[in-house]
Amino acid sequence: MRYLPLSAEDRAAMLAAIGAGSVDDLFRDIPAEVRAGGTFKLPCHQDEMAVERAFHAFAWRNLSPACAPTFLGAGAYRHHIPAAVDALIQRGEFLTSYTPYQPEISQGTLQALFEFQTQVCLLTGMEVSNASMYDAATACAEAVLMAARVTRRKAALISGAVHPHYADVILTQTGHTDIACERLSPDPLGIEDLMGRIDEGLACVVVQTPSFFGRLADFTALSAQCRAHGVLLVVAVPEPVSLGALMPPGEMGADIVAVDGSSLGMPLSFGGPGVGLFATREKYVRNMPGRLVGETLDVDGRRGWVLTLSTREQHIRREKATSNICTNSGLCALAFSIHVALLGDAGFAKLAAVNHAAACALARKVGAVKGVKVVTPAFFNEFAVMLPKPAAAVVEALAERGILGGVPVSRFYPMFPEMENLLLLSATELNTDAEMSVLAKALTEVLK
Amino acid sequence: MSDVFPSMPAGTVTGNRGLVVEEPLLFEQGSPGGSGVDLPEPRDLPDALGGFRRTGPIGLPGLSEPQVVRHYTRLSQKNYSIDAGFYPLGSCTMKYNPRLNEKVARLTGLGDLHPFQPVSTVQGALAAMDALAAWLMELTGMAGVAMSPAAGAHGELCGLMTIRAAQEAKGNPRKIILVPESAHGTNPASAALCGYSVVAIPATEDGRVDIAALQEKLSEDVAGIMLTNPNTCGLFERDVRQIAEMVHAAGAFFYMDGANFNALIGRVKIADLGVDAMHINLHKTFSTPHGGGGPGAGPTVLSPALAAFAPLPFVRKSGDAYELVETRAQAGKKAQPFGRMKGFHGQFGVMLRALAYAMSLGADGLRQTSGDAVLNANYLLARLKDVLTAPFEGPCMHEALFDDGFLKDTGVTTLDFAKALIDEGYHPMTMYFPLVVHGALLMEPTESESKQTLDLFVETVRALAAKARAGEADFFHAAPRLTPRRRLDETLAARKPVLRWKPQEN
Amino acid sequence: MAKIYFSEEHEWISVEGGVGTVGITEYAQEQLGDVVFVELPEIGGAVDKGDDVAVVESVKAASEVYSPVSGEIVEINEDLAEAPGLVNQSAEADGWFYKISLSEPSELDDLMNRQEYDAFVEGLD
Repeated sequence: MRYLPLSAEDRAAMLAAIGAGSVDDLFRDIPAEVRAGGTFKLPCHQDEMAVERAFHAFAWRNLSPACAPTFLGAGAYRHHIPAAVDALIQRGEFLTSYTPYQPEISQGTLQALFEFQTQVCLLTGMEVSNASMYDAATACAEAVLMAARVTRRKAALISGAVHPHYADVILTQTGHTDIACERLSPDPLGIEDLMGRIDEGLACVVVQTPSFFGRLADFTALSAQCRAHGVLLVVAVPEPVSLGALMPPGEMGADIVAVDGSSLGMPLSFGGPGVGLFATREKYVRNMPGRLVGETLDVDGRRGWVLTLSTREQHIRREKATSNICTNSGLCALAFSIHVALLGDAGFAKLAAVNHAAACALARKVGAVKGVKVVTPAFFNEFAVMLPKPAAAVVEALAERGILGGVPVSRFYPMFPEMENLLLLSATELNTDAEMSVLAKALTEVLK
Repeated sequence: MSDVFPSMPAGTVTGNRGLVVEEPLLFEQGSPGGSGVDLPEPRDLPDALGGFRRTGPIGLPGLSEPQVVRHYTRLSQKNYSIDAGFYPLGSCTMKYNPRLNEKVARLTGLGDLHPFQPVSTVQGALAAMDALAAWLMELTGMAGVAMSPAAGAHGELCGLMTIRAAQEAKGNPRKIILVPESAHGTNPASAALCGYSVVAIPATEDGRVDIAALQEKLSEDVAGIMLTNPNTCGLFERDVRQIAEMVHAAGAFFYMDGANFNALIGRVKIADLGVDAMHINLHKTFSTPHGGGGPGAGPTVLSPALAAFAPLPFVRKSGDAYELVETRAQAGKKAQPFGRMKGFHGQFGVMLRALAYAMSLGADGLRQTSGDAVLNANYLLARLKDVLTAPFEGPCMHEALFDDGFLKDTGVTTLDFAKALIDEGYHPMTMYFPLVVHGALLMEPTESESKQTLDLFVETVRALAAKARAGEADFFHAAPRLTPRRRLDETLAARKPVLRWKPQEN
Repeated sequence: MAKIYFSEEHEWISVEGGVGTVGITEYAQEQLGDVVFVELPEIGGAVDKGDDVAVVESVKAASEVYSPVSGEIVEINEDLAEAPGLVNQSAEADGWFYKISLSEPSELDDLMNRQEYDAFVEGLD
């Protein structure tokens, strides 16, 4: 077996050194009556070729977005990944190292995470960032828990603009704490009144831009209202590329920002693994969850980096920790960081501009299809359209034509019949004019 | 000695030392306007940003592609890794990460799938998730598995939430989770998040759960027990079936922390131990790469009593087709999902790697991995127990635990000893964990190591132990000497946190 | 003249005119090592004897500080925010944590005097 270096002779020599008769002897603490022999109904080992063949077979049963005009978003956006990113993250020194607990031999990971933290601060306009979370949804849940710790209040309000998965995870994660979360109805048109809901009882309000429905919002007035009542403003950002074109949440007065970082550096991979970015204000740093890398000096006075403020974490505080998180998304954070490093200021701004212009072109194209109405006035690279028919059926019909033509809102909100005809469409730098024409033509046929 | 091991950085002009090159931060390089990515010009259309436009620059440096590649290549050379050497980090399972797994996870049609494609266009992806689920259920003998938890701690939370949901369904969520004092810190943290208070159970002299103390703590207030098995001392809890019976008799559930499942795989079906829930760290037992701290995945297998409460989403087979159940409305009457733990559908890319690993090794190979892992650990224990001090009698399972008794009165601490191992080219073992022994050194060699590697390691540890006892404390205090950085000032880092780069103020 | 008392959790309280100044003992700071952060209670807060009112953190450990008496927090040591090392340098003077206005002065009777505390510490090793 190709992964196992011990030979039969090695095993025999080692057993002799131990003084055990057989390997099975070493398992004698397991009660004999439950020790399993060859009782597993599972196949035996296979060579590389056979395994690859099986995975190709899985892949063939899927429609790859690489082979189809694709306009899917709803919190996961398809972007081009520069070839250097994957080459670098596959270096074994990054790929196969553990959490950097031994800083003397982990300066590579530590410096990269310190740079990541800085990039996240710059992009979000915030003061401090942690070294990443699992994803945006769990980052939002951690944000609510953190807001409750900071304010010592026990209620949170979740806007109807927030991605339903983020809202679901917040509700699940806080469901057994003493925090009461209220979730507002889905808000495709941006009509909910948050300003009037801010009061001294709230720990935080969770909002999102671009919203789940693609709408853009300025939270400057809301943040002032929050501040006046001692409420923290949590801003979720599903698409980090938008930060290259839009006013950063920090400038709008956000207290905590949770971003889905998976747009940059990593493949969509059916939605995971991704990475959650988590940033806040300096004064809250000791209430922040997750790992943090800090700068320091070694005994020779040279600059270096270490994990720091770890007394917040579970291995020290146990049940009083800020979070139960142990693993984060180190390699995804690295991929994100390398992609951002490659882009630089100019590249990031241009990527955002190309995305937005692509979405504008798409809105024009599909907006001209009879019966289709774009309902999102201001958007970044995704918007909602109202169709004359249920969107789920339209999407199925488009898929039969080999087009991945958007995400029906009903997939998330089956209990809201008024959302049945609502479709989310997204375009990125990867979408060509020809693909948009194909979609518009197919939509015209399907809606006939 | 200082002639051989210079305590100061090399007297080079650059501060570089051969292959180890000093590397400034990204932000200290590049030029404004530079970029390592060429993009097409945006279409010339009026914008629809509605006045929410960013007004200032982001502040990122502009670097070309070769500059970025060199930067990260140099950083990588300052990292220890399992690819480069022996990494006996106890409880972390640093085994070899096969490259085939990386390859298949990146295939077109798998790596590039969008989470919200119509389900009819991702049948292969759902089949792959279902295939891994089937492996996990068969290997554990359990009735169900929640696939979405993103890591071990997330899986623990998932297990506790199913326990809570099941208790609530019986009418009373109860109040307490019992946790042995040797547990990972994530256990009490997860229990607290689930609204339970934690009561610790003491260990016996031989490092296992004290059954009498457990019986005393069990009551109608106890919702469940979280037990790591093999425990964090590397020992199998011999009384595990009795523990399960006692817990069940009290109307509570048995959560087994599966962090150490790599020691049991192919040897016992944990369902036969009376377990109700267990997470499996795919990044440990199933060899998906740790990536410098994630991503991982923590699928959680569930007993018949708990399976119905598994969170959204889950894959369901109906006829020849796979369904992806994403909402409560879709779940139907039989399923009572307690909620959702993660955005999208879980760590799909990690699942693919784990499946490739399982298929490569097969049932026979997986059984061999636990055999070799346990053999390697016992070999270390046998060959080191005369020079180090082992607090518990063997056999151990996949890891060998020592305490710092052998360092008594030498002026050398466990930490110093570990730092000296770094200079010898090893990643240190886990130190000061578990907390139940003094100055713990926990070594987990895994099945990936050859006898030759272990023999050289044993000789190194023996030589260092002899050196410590020979009174050469200063040697240890000054270690490591040969690393890109030497010991770092953690007090300074924590007292005056510098958590990001900032432009120099003029 | 202030009178000083000690608790088994290694806090000291020096009482004068119904107000106690609370900190951790020299022994406690030695056990903790370099203190990097102290989380202090809010002024005006009411505490019961035994409540965890502060947290003192070293690089590797965080310890709760339990109030040795009941009362209301009237002042906190703002200097600790900038210079947590004061706890190491001067645990029983400049490194004080908070001042509390005592609501149950009789609780002081349960505490130890210097001599008793020294004997108590001796018994720990």
